[in-house]
Order: sequence, then C-alpha cells, then structure tokens
Amino acid sequence: MATVQVNGQDVTIGDGERLNCIQAAAKAGVEIPHYCWHKDLSVVASCRMCLVEMGDKKPDGTIAMQPKLVPGCQTPVKDGSVIITNSDKVKGAEAGTLEFLLLNHPLDCPVCDQAGECYLQDYSYKYGRAYSRMQEPKLQKADKDHIGDQITLFTDRCVMCTRCVRFTKEISGTSELQVVSRGNHAEIDVFPGEPCNNKLAGNVVDICPVGALCSKDFLYEQRVWWLKGANSVCPGCSTGCSIRIDQNKDVVYRLKPRENPQAQGSFMCDDGRFGWKYIQDEKRLRMPVVRTSGTPVEQAWDRVLPAVKAAIEESIKRDAGRFAAVLSPWMTVEEAFLLAKFVKSLSPDARLVMGPVAVVGEDDLYPKGLHGEAPAKPKFTIRAEKCPNRLGVELVLKHFEGEVISFADAMADVGLGRIESLFAVGGDPAGWVTPEQAAQLAGLRLFVVQDILASAASEKATFVLPGSAWAERDGTFINHNGLAQGIAKAVRGPGESRADSRILFDLAGRKGLVHIPTLRKEIGAEIPALAALAVGQLGETGVSITTSSVAVNGTGAGKPVGAAG
Amino acid sequence: MAEFEPVLLARINKPDSTSLASYQADGGYEALRKALGMSPVEVTNTIKDSGLRGRGGAGFPTGLKWTFLPKDHPGPIYLAINADESEPGTFNNRVLMEKDPHQIIEGIAISCYAIKSNTSYLYLRYEYGQSYRALKKAVEECYAAGILGKNIFGSGFDLDIVLHRGAAAYICGEETGLIESLEGKRAWPRIKPPFPAIEGLFRKPTIVNNIETMACVTQIMKRGIEWFKSIGVPPDPANPRDAGSYGPKLYCLSGHVNKPGVYELPMGITARELIEKYGGGVPNGRQVKAVVPGGISMGFLTAAELDTKLDFAGPGKVGCLGLGTAAVVVIDDATSMVDVLFNCARFFAHESCGQCTPCREGTDWMRKILQRMRNGKGTLADLDLLMEVSGSIGTIPGTTICGLADGAAWPVKNAVKKFRSEFEEYIKSGKKSVDPGAHLVGAH
Ligand SMILES: Cc1cc2nc3c(=O)[nH]c(=O)nc-3n(C[C@H](O)[C@H](O)[C@H](O)COP(=O)(O)O)c2cc1C
Ligand code: SF4
Ligand code: SF4
Ligand code: SF4
Ligand code: FES
Repeated sequence: MATVQVNGQDVTIGDGERLNCIQAAAKAGVEIPHYCWHKDLSVVASCRMCLVEMGDKKPDGTIAMQPKLVPGCQTPVKDGSVIITNSDKVKGAEAGTLEFLLLNHPLDCPVCDQAGECYLQDYSYKYGRAYSRMQEPKLQKADKDHIGDQITLFTDRCVMCTRCVRFTKEISGTSELQVVSRGNHAEIDVFPGEPCNNKLAGNVVDICPVGALCSKDFLYEQRVWWLKGANSVCPGCSTGCSIRIDQNKDVVYRLKPRENPQAQGSFMCDDGRFGWKYIQDEKRLRMPVVRTSGTPVEQAWDRVLPAVKAAIEESIKRDAGRFAAVLSPWMTVEEAFLLAKFVKSLSPDARLVMGPVAVVGEDDLYPKGLHGEAPAKPKFTIRAEKCPNRLGVELVLKHFEGEVISFADAMADVGLGRIESLFAVGGDPAGWVTPEQAAQLAGLRLFVVQDILASAASEKATFVLPGSAWAERDGTFINHNGLAQGIAKAVRGPGESRADSRILFDLAGRKGLVHIPTLRKEIGAEIPALAALAVGQLGETGVSITTSSVAVNGTGAGKPVGAAG
Repeated sequence: MAEFEPVLLARINKPDSTSLASYQADGGYEALRKALGMSPVEVTNTIKDSGLRGRGGAGFPTGLKWTFLPKDHPGPIYLAINADESEPGTFNNRVLMEKDPHQIIEGIAISCYAIKSNTSYLYLRYEYGQSYRALKKAVEECYAAGILGKNIFGSGFDLDIVLHRGAAAYICGEETGLIESLEGKRAWPRIKPPFPAIEGLFRKPTIVNNIETMACVTQIMKRGIEWFKSIGVPPDPANPRDAGSYGPKLYCLSGHVNKPGVYELPMGITARELIEKYGGGVPNGRQVKAVVPGGISMGFLTAAELDTKLDFAGPGKVGCLGLGTAAVVVIDDATSMVDVLFNCARFFAHESCGQCTPCREGTDWMRKILQRMRNGKGTLADLDLLMEVSGSIGTIPGTTICGLADGAAWPVKNAVKKFRSEFEEYIKSGKKSVDPGAHLVGAH
C-alpha cells in the first residue's frame, strides 16, 4: 500500500495501481484540471493545464519539494509522493494557462453546442481570470465542415489538446485527424478527400474538451442544460455499450457512451450512436390492431389483451405442442422470463423459440492496423451479433425449454404444419422476418406480433401489439460476455404503444406494478444461471452473471438464421 | 598570448579540402583506426575524460551522455547527428560540413564505435544544399574505400551513415523533435522521460550529437585528452556543478561588425576580444549597444558586459541563458532594441511548434505586444506584461515540453530588464518603427 499526500491529506493507493497525479488527487477528492490527458490515450503533457507542485516525503518525515511545476498527467505517484494543487504558484499557473488558452478563443459560448458541458468554461470559472489582457484582435480560423460526415470542426474553438488526433491514431487506428501548420496557426484537419468517417469517429466529439468538434446530428438541436439523461445500454450489438440517453420532453436528442470497463470501456460506435433514429420513425406501431375478420381494426388495449390471452389459451388447449412463442434477442431478460413463464404455465408442451439473431459480417476490431487489419489486442469491438440480449434470452429459454430452438427450425415446423399458432415478439429495427416467412405465418390459425415497427409480419398478423423501443423500457440486457446491465426508460413511446413487460405482465394475468428489481429477484431465485440477478439493482456498471456452468460466449444451439442475418 | 592555431578549421582553405585523398594525406581516418584498436568503453572514457561538452547548445558532457545508454542492449542503437543548425546567427556546422566533411564522418564513425551503433542518421537542414552535396560525396567515397559499410578496416565493425534532409523548421533541431521528424512525423518534441538514450529513434536507444561535437571527437581521438584540456577554461573550483569549458570553439560572429565569420578560438575568449581583435570592431565608427552571446535564444549582453567570457559558464553569470551555439551577433548603438526584440519575438512565434499552450500562445502574444509598441501604441504596463509572460513560459518554470520557449523568453527578459530605459523612452515618445517585415507577419 502506498500513501500519497494531496494538499496535506493522505490517500492510499492500492498495490499495483499505477496512477498519475491527476488520478491520485481524484482519489482525495481534489480535481486537477486537465485537457490533453485522457485515461485511454497516450500522455503528451502539452496543454499544461494540470501543473502541480510535487515533492517527496523522506523517511525522516521531511518533505522535499521540486523547484519546478510538473504536469500532473505526466508524473506518476509513488509511496511518499506529495502533491500540492492549492498553492499560489499552482493557482497562478492555472490562471496563466487559461489566459493563454482564451487569448485566441472566440467568445462563442452563446452559440456553442458545448456550452454547459465545456471544460474551457468550467475551468475558466473555477481557475481563470475574468478578463483578457490581450488588446489585439483574436486569430480567426475557418470552420471545417469537411472533417467528417457526422463531425464538424469549429477550428478557432480548438485548444490543441490533440485528444482527437490521438484517438484516431490509438483507438480507431485510422489516423484521419492530424495537426497542420505550426505555432498558434496550428489547426486540426484531415487529408484532402479523406474525411474522418471511421465507425468510432463520433467519439472525437465526446472527448473534445471544448466545442471545437461537434456532432452534425446534434448541432443546434438543444442547449445541453435542457437535457435529462437516463442510463441505458446500446442495443446495436452484443458488446452492450453502457450509454446515456439524453432527452428533452420525450424526444431523444443524442446518445453518449458511459464509461464502463466491464462493458466496452469509454467509447461507443457510430452505428450505435446514430443508429437509434428508428425509435422516432413514422412506421412505429402506435395502436393495437386486430385482424380476426380479415380487415385490420384498431382496438383499445383493454379489449385486445383479453382477446389475445383467450386466443393463446384456446390454441394451447387445442394442441399445446403446436403452439410456439418466439422470444426475440431484443427482449429484456424480464420480458423473456414473463413470456416464457406464462406460456409454460399454460402447458409444458407449448414451445419456446429463439427469434432470429442477426449476425452481420464479422466482429469489427479496433484499433485498425496500417492496412485495416484487425489488432491482436483490440481496444474496442463492434460485434457481428446485432442484438443486445441473445445470451439473456437463451438462458431463459434453456431454463424453460431445456434447449434453444432456432427460428429456422421453427419455420420448418410451420411449413410441416407442426406449428399452428405463433406468438412472436420482434424488436429488431432491421426486420426479423422476410415477406415470404410472413406470408407463411399469415396462414397460421393464430399469429400474434408484438413489435415496434410496421413490417411484413405486422401487415399479416391476427393481432398486432405495439411494444416499446429500448429507450422506452426498463429491464436487463446481458451482453456477449455475461454482463447484465440495467436499461432505464428515457422517453415515452409513441401513441398507445406500451412497454413490453407491461403487455406481458397483463397477458400473464399478473397484478400490480411492473417493478424490475422485484422481477430480477424472482428470476434470480428461479433460474440458477441468472442467480446473479437476485441483487435486484444492477448499479451503473452492471453485474456479471458468469459462472462455470454458463458458456457465455457460445452462440447457443443451432445458430439461428434471421431475416437480417 | 600566442595566436591560436585552428584545429577544427585547419583544413578548410586547402584546395580540394573535401576529398578523401586530401583528408587522408593529412592523416585523416588515423584517429578512427586508433579508436578501432581500443575497446568501445575506452573510447567513451577518452571522450569523457577530455571534458568535451556538446556544441549544439545545451553543453551537455558528451562522454557522460553516451554512458546513459542501456548496458548490454541487443541493439540497434542509433547515433543521430544534429545538423539542423537553425539558431539565428549560427553557421559553424555549415562550414565544417561544406569544407571538411571527412572530419565529421570520422567523428561519427568513432562515436558510433564507442556507443556500439551501426547506423547513424545525419539530420541536415534542407537549406544546406552545398553541405548535403559535400557530405554525400564524402560518404560515397568512404563506402568505396571501406571506411563505411561492413567490417571497417578489417575490425569487424560495421557502420552505415544515412543522410536525411529535413524540411526546415527550427524545432527539428530540438533533439526529440529531430527524432520525430526522422521517423517521418511532425517535429513535436517528446516529453521526457524517457530520454532518447533510453528510448529514442524508432523507440531504440539513441544519442543525439551536434556536427561540431563530432569534429571535436575526431580531434580528441587524434590529439589526445591532454591537448584538448590544454585549451579553454577549467571548472570553477567554487562551483561544484561547473564541468569546465575545454577545447577549441567555433564562434559565429555576425551583425554590426567589420569582419563577420566563423572564428576558431579557445573557449573562454571574451566578447570584447572577439569583436574587437578578431571582428575588427563595429563599422561606421559606431559603438556596441548589445551582443547576442550564443544565438538569440540566449538573450543579450550589454556594452558593459563585453568582458563576459564566452565559455559555458560566462553568459549565465550576467543573466543570459548560456553559451548556446556561440553565435555572437553584434548590435550597434544606432539600432533600436525594440526592433531587435520584435525580430526575435517574431522568430519564436513563427517557430513554436504549437503543442504546449504557454509557448504556442505566449510567443505570439509577446510578438503582438512588441508589434503594437512599434506601431506607437505601447504602454509602460506592456513592459511588465512582457516580463510576466516571458517569466511564465519555458522548461525553467516547468510549463513547456522543450527549450524553445526558454529561448523565446530569454531575449525578452534580458532586453526589457537590461534596456528598460530605452523601451520606456520609446513608448513615451510614441514613435513608430519602420516595419519592413509587417506584411510577413501572420502570413504563415
Ligand atoms: C528549440 C531548440 C532547437 C535546437 N536546435 C539545435 C540545432 O539546430 N542543432 C543542434 O545541434 N542542437 C540544437 N538544439 C539542441 C539539441 O536539443 C541537443 O541538445 C543537441 O543537438 C545535442 O548535441 P550535443 O550534445 O552534441 O550538443 C536545439 C534545442 C532546442 C531546444
Ligand atoms: S478539436 Fe478538440 S479534441 Fe481536437 S485538438 Fe482541438 S480541442 Fe482537442
Ligand atoms: S459497439 Fe455495439 S453496443 Fe457499442 S455502440 Fe456500437 S452497436 Fe452499440
Ligand atoms: S515549448 Fe514550444 S516548441 Fe517546445 S514543444 Fe512546447 S510548443 Fe513546441
Ligand atoms: S493534462 Fe497534463 S499537460 Fe495536459
């Protein structure tokens, strides 16, 4: 155990923990302002925002301070290190660096997207001086809309921290961003005709400490202080990036990654970051629809649900073995549990099927090598499995069905007449059923679809139940690695759409409120492979369900083939 | 004192001084042969014991630097030769390369043998076309004669020298900027540690040395430690940190002086002697107002400080940064220090690499203040501001990565402090300087 003194206060650093002054001070609750340092990037120590006084405690208790200021980001701490951040010398250096940074920084805050979450604003209030002593006009630099399809650069807002440059060099490995020119004419740019469009590009907007790199998608949409965040998980692939959904008045404006070393680290991909727009799509299902008489009729929930329940019960009573429920890998664990348990409570012979699991290409590993090749030690992976909860749903299926029946096998049984009635949950915005499959399913005695977007299936189904997109639900997703993370409802769904857990709760005839932590406890107690969920609350970074009995990395029995796969 | 007989420059006026034949006729490459007969450690110790300090600007003891290399490293180890020579007023490397390239190559070969390096990169500023041609011809001659390449003189020692022309920026002369540039990157100096001797070019142990340092290595090997130590200034016994200033030195004399040029003299000659005895004094009957002691990064001596010894310790004693490159620029009394300082500030603002906030912004801010002063809009408060800004940038306060910012700060600190009354009068008079360079400013 090492002890480091920060402004006179001792903090303990764990064995083998290699921290710099910024990290050690943070342990003591002391903020050392910084721009260029980022825990996932190499250290350049160039912004000089983090200057501190540094010394050593000698065995005899005396403290020997170094005469010069040192960059806290570049300086590792060890047992006996002494850091001072509140001396006049340090405060003078902080104010000095900020004055330098502001010399040529435009007074853009009123029109800058970053205002409200800008480190130049925040540090200037905390550590800066109130006025500029430079009398000359500020440098002006042309904005660069060509930086990327999703990214724009307000060139003169840049503080030249080079985080963005290092990100494309060290994390994406694509090296599009670079510095051109020298001195205070230095600017961030791309090579002509080579914009920064890699699949991790959006992260440079997040790591830019100021409003220089902005997201074209979010530009001028909202002042950030109007936004309210909800912690969630990106459903785009089985990596399950921890994210925050930023919304205002039930409209989602942007997704931001949340740091989670157990999930993805600090970043997220652009597929996830920008790929959520379907939740605002015109094609969202807004009203339950009944097609018992052939023509579709919109109907209120309180009439539809009893009818669906009766139809399911009737089908199972007639021939339980010819009834199947399709559980989607887009469902939460709780939803899968509710549906599976309900169906099996009607008859153990009723069948549970895994919905299509979309697999697109191969896992996409970063940082890319010089010629785009995959790295030996990836820092970020966009997974080929394009759904959030294949593993969680499979564990539910294995528990209730004993095996994982693929959607392809189920479709074969439909063809052979071995399945007559089907309750299918969708959720995959890329579609989960082909028109041919939908036509085949339309011939069944009973075909219920619970989904979020209109599709070939919802065009044909006997009953259409408008469910909710992931941003509108609470529950649990389990990623490729067995990490169970909570998703929290950020916005209300459109029209009469309902949270899937609520729909299934009602179908199952359960009473009362859907309370996710209580459901998790029930699941944890009932399904041994999901025992970890019994904690109820999963916290911000989730809980690993990994046990030796669960092969979490396997794709499961009979790899399902989906419409999108 | 008897006239000093040039050693480093001994051959420059000979006809055909650049050819291998003429070099060998003068005993060339015998020092290398001698070194190859010793062990690398013995060669390193010879250089260490000679007291040779680097001629590139920082004056770091050369032999000591070599010993910082990791012991028993499997290699490769590199020697990077700094021929970027960009400090304003400096042109001694150029004379050595253009007129006696074999002396340099011999020094490189001896040094590489000492540090167990089989590859040396010579980083040459682009503008030195003639140096490049002379070196290239000399290197080719050496390969043909078995002095470079495999198994040199049958000793088993292999060496390749790679000439690399930089794209011309002052910062490429900073040793880690040079290394980055050699790697094909932007010359943004690296943070230290790790120092180049541990992790340098291509992440391998690397020594960076100056051209003149290499010429000294050749001569030390040839003439011995005693010869080298018989020239110059021994350490000050009162200062345990003074490593002394031994050997001959190439002073670059320019500015308002009758006979500008490169003068090889014993370390420790005074500025006055250099200007008056060798430079023939100031033209047009004018007087010295100020003298740059070693490139503009080092600051200024006043007329009253002309007896300062131009050795490693001398300029520091009167508030200058150091001896630097021993580029002595004479400024006469008809010249405005405001103009001189503006010119310095403009240089550093233009050459700051741009990565450290204090240097990137501070150098240009100082330039702007001085420019305003020259437009008749300066205030007395500007002088304090200049002192504050110059006092807050550089490796000495600890606010930047490399020494460029110290070099930018020093002329400002020295000029405002030592010539304050002139600055005050200038500001109060509201006069404007002619500004021939204004149209260039900002046109990067
Ligand atoms: C901004 C800057 C520019 C420099 N330019 C040069 C140069 O042009 N040539 C040179 O030899 N050293 C230059 N140096 C010094 C080098 O960093 C390094 O100390 C030197 O090359 C070491 O060689 P030496 O030990 O033989 O003196 C420069 C240093 C700084 C900070
Ligand atoms: S654009 Fe942003 S991240 Fe990139 S160097 Fe400038 S301030 Fe830093
Ligand atoms: S990697 Fe996967 S989980 Fe993460 S943001 Fe991209 S699609 Fe979403
Ligand atoms: S001190 Fe100046 S030149 Fe040196 S690394 Fe920093 S910005 Fe570049
Ligand atoms: S954060 Fe330490 S120098 Fe930038």
